[in-house]
Amino acid sequence: MVAGKMSTPLGRVRGLGAARSGTEQFWRQRLTAVANVPLIIAFVLIVVGLLGRNHAAVVQILGSPLVAVIMLLFILSITTHMRIGMQVIIEDYVHDETAKLVLLMANTFFAVAVGLASAFAILMLSFKV
Amino acid sequence: MAETKAPVERPLSPHLFIYKPTLTMTMSIFHRITGASLYFGTLLVAWWLIAAASSPNAYGGVGSFMSSLVGRLILFGYTWALMHHMLGGIRHLIWDTGRGFGPHEREWLAVATIVGSISLTIVIWIVGYLFMGGAR
Repeated sequence: MVAGKMSTPLGRVRGLGAARSGTEQFWRQRLTAVANVPLIIAFVLIVVGLLGRNHAAVVQILGSPLVAVIMLLFILSITTHMRIGMQVIIEDYVHDETAKLVLLMANTFFAVAVGLASAFAILMLSFKV
Repeated sequence: MAETKAPVERPLSPHLFIYKPTLTMTMSIFHRITGASLYFGTLLVAWWLIAAASSPNAYGGVGSFMSSLVGRLILFGYTWALMHHMLGGIRHLIWDTGRGFGPHEREWLAVATIVGSISLTIVIWIVGYLFMGGAR
């Protein structure tokens, strides 16, 4: 810090730079990364536990409240995490402005569609529709 | 008005390929590759869940694909990518605290990630096969 300068770090951050956004993405990527660790372990245990079981048993187990909630949290956390991750990859390698915008849109559509379809299936299994 | 000068040919900074490959560099690339693979791997998770919610027939279809040779290879790759990206992510979280950047620490962390991801993948598959044998 230059002594005697009146501007504070907050004042410099308020402009938010060329990206027009702050550290939300960086933070959200870490937040979901931490959440992903126990959720992935739980997901692997659930999948291994369901191997070789028939459809009726799988529906019953996946639809039970605890398993369904864990699966919903897993889907929410991984799709949020993967959307940010793919956005970083696109921004790193795609420099054509139009192509970049199209891919960033497609990235969000993909993440939301996969997340919503999975969540919908879990809810269907829970409510035995 | 002065004529616009042709841009000066400036030297570019060398890209990845000019450097001698190191373990930590390779791990960084693999973290990105496994992340991108898992991105598309979620389609399998969604397909599996939707099939389970749809009908016994649809679920059987997923089952027969997953148990085919191609299906098993994809699932094995998915398992390893998941474990590798998870352990690599933990490594990044350790780095986020400012620790683990020393020359020995970062090499150790890289080796631990590889050994850990391969070991976990093998353990998951052994347990998986035991479960399938038990439940059938």
